[in-house]
Amino acid sequence: MAGSGHEVRKKWDPWNDPQEKPHVQLLSVSKRFGDFTAVDNIALDIYKGEFFSLLGPSGCGKTTLLRMLAGFEQPSQGQILLEGSDMAGVPPYRRPVNMMFQSYALFPHMSVESNIAFGLKQDKAPKGEIAQRVEEVLDLVQLSSFAKRKPHQLSGGQRQRVALARALVKKPKMLLLDEPLGALDKKLREQTQFELMNIQEQLGITFVIVTHDQEEAMTVSTRIAVMDHGRIVQVATPTEIYEYPNSRYVAGFIGDVNIIEGRVSEVGESHLNIVSEQSGCGIRARHAVDAPVGATVWIALRPEKLVISVDAPADTTTNCMAGEVWDIGYLGNLSIYHIKLDSGIMVTTAQTNRTRDVERPITWEDRVYLTWTPDAGIVLGQ
Amino acid sequence: MSQKPREGKRSQVEYLDARSGEGTAGALEELHKQLLLLPPYRWLCSAIAGSGISPRGLLISTPYIWLLLFFLAPFLIVLKISFSEYAISQPPYTALFELVDDIYVQIKLNLENYQLLFEDDLYWRAYLNSVKIAGISTILTLMVGYPLAYGMTRAPQRWRLALLMLVILPFWTSFLIRVYAWIGILKKEGLLNLLLINLGIIDQPLTIMNTDTAVYIGIIYSYLPFMVLPLYASLEKMDDTLLEAAADLGSRPIKTFWQITFRLSLPGVIAGCFLVFIPALGEFVIPDLLGGSGTLMIGKTLWAEFFSNRDWPLSSAVAVVLLLILVIPIVAFQKLQEKDKAA
Repeated sequence: MAGSGHEVRKKWDPWNDPQEKPHVQLLSVSKRFGDFTAVDNIALDIYKGEFFSLLGPSGCGKTTLLRMLAGFEQPSQGQILLEGSDMAGVPPYRRPVNMMFQSYALFPHMSVESNIAFGLKQDKAPKGEIAQRVEEVLDLVQLSSFAKRKPHQLSGGQRQRVALARALVKKPKMLLLDEPLGALDKKLREQTQFELMNIQEQLGITFVIVTHDQEEAMTVSTRIAVMDHGRIVQVATPTEIYEYPNSRYVAGFIGDVNIIEGRVSEVGESHLNIVSEQSGCGIRARHAVDAPVGATVWIALRPEKLVISVDAPADTTTNCMAGEVWDIGYLGNLSIYHIKLDSGIMVTTAQTNRTRDVERPITWEDRVYLTWTPDAGIVLGQ
Repeated sequence: MSQKPREGKRSQVEYLDARSGEGTAGALEELHKQLLLLPPYRWLCSAIAGSGISPRGLLISTPYIWLLLFFLAPFLIVLKISFSEYAISQPPYTALFELVDDIYVQIKLNLENYQLLFEDDLYWRAYLNSVKIAGISTILTLMVGYPLAYGMTRAPQRWRLALLMLVILPFWTSFLIRVYAWIGILKKEGLLNLLLINLGIIDQPLTIMNTDTAVYIGIIYSYLPFMVLPLYASLEKMDDTLLEAAADLGSRPIKTFWQITFRLSLPGVIAGCFLVFIPALGEFVIPDLLGGSGTLMIGKTLWAEFFSNRDWPLSSAVAVVLLLILVIPIVAFQKLQEKDKAA
């Protein structure tokens, strides 16, 4: 899913351009509540027009970070720069930043129209202009016929779009979205993700989104910051995060992964050779970390990159794990196999069901071989 | 059921069998059986069963029966008396219905009492003054009560219950005694004057006792809990993210208060104002104890007509008109609420 949306933007990568000035800069920002450190010394650059995700489990500090950008919390330490100017002490009502709240926070006593017009009225915009902009943004979120309704007369999806419209109507420099799709059901959520992306592309506003849903982050983002315990573990594009995670935490948080422990036996020019008792075979993998001979490393293998077969391959000593089928999950498009290796550990593999009928389907207690190319395994040092 | 998890179906049947003997009243079933031994209870039960009223209907109708018995019936009696004539008899008024020639029922409606209310400006002024005093003290109570209720909802969670208790605490002492205590505070040589003179703020004691000011103080003090409690209830429901959303959209804190907090607490404000205004309008004790001879309030007038003049018909007419004055804002309030719901 990450692929299609991503390829369009592939050429656009201001974060790799040293000439480009970041739109928002976080300079070693920390936030402490009493003894608890919610955000721990974060440095981050976000560029204009990005759709940036803060991804992590609940309590990792992503929402606190977002609230600091909005101005609801002040950093205990560090600086937040928006277009180069320090945001310290600037109250939320003076920031050119708008937020879409997780609970939507629509004013229950106002109609959809007045909710959206609220922000413009605070700026004392002329009446005609307010009406025109409200109409435009209602059109953008396809709610024109609901302008006179009260929030309680709308469905969850409609409320979500009112909240989005209300945050967008002031044309903020940056839009903050706190779990914007959390309250929607799966189908609607997927559809809304694409709508969000279209709107963001149309308006060119920088979006910063907080989410715990890795699929959502993969779908919408230009870049993702994976957070854990108040720190940023990795910042990268969805593809990089998935294919080149920098740690076992990131590899495990984004998508499914099999992690196999091993020891470096030989360091080659471009490849490492690893012995692994867990896999029961030698592992050859692309050189990625500085690991001397003898160091313990972990190999992360994505389920879809393992090829399952009942016939033994030519070379069973390298990149080939043998085991027994323990469980099968048939999902229609995919089949998930749980394989118990000879060493006793469980490994998951996913195979696309390319044909409707298989001559000899793999079934329970079959002895199978899992193979992969040296490029497929990710070597992780930590 | 948990003992035989394997035999799902069988245990379920057993469970149903065991339940079928239980009846619907649950724990009260035993009590019901015992009470059935008493004849009056048995008669009542069979009467209810025979009348075709369902237990549900009975439960729902209870508050209506209560209102009928203790509100509508006394009101009708008062209404009846207000149309009679003063008489030196026991009771001190003429009968409304009279049997003439053993066949005719003669109804004698005496409108003189109402006529007097309109003609004698004493009553008019008493009504107007009561509305004025009740209105002003309602607004003052709101001004004192709102910050109080707001502060309570902003207090840390663990304090809120204690603060609520403090608001309710005065009810544990008799209302009359609390109003008497204000005499000790407000009189010329009272605590307030003593304090102010000793602090050097004034050198002549203030005359507060027996003025309208004392009545205002007494009403605000006595009815403050009635204002604070509904305000607290509506302010506590406030979603703080709404305030953040308003700030995020560029609204300054003061404007946010009026546009969001106050606007959303309006139901509480209206409820509190009614709870203060209605009893304050007919208030008798406070103006009688703290107010002066010049403090004209309808409650005092009513008292004087009833107990000093023993003119039951006139005082009943005063009471009926007082009730009608109260009905106007109540109906307006209900119309407003209906409109709010429809919108």
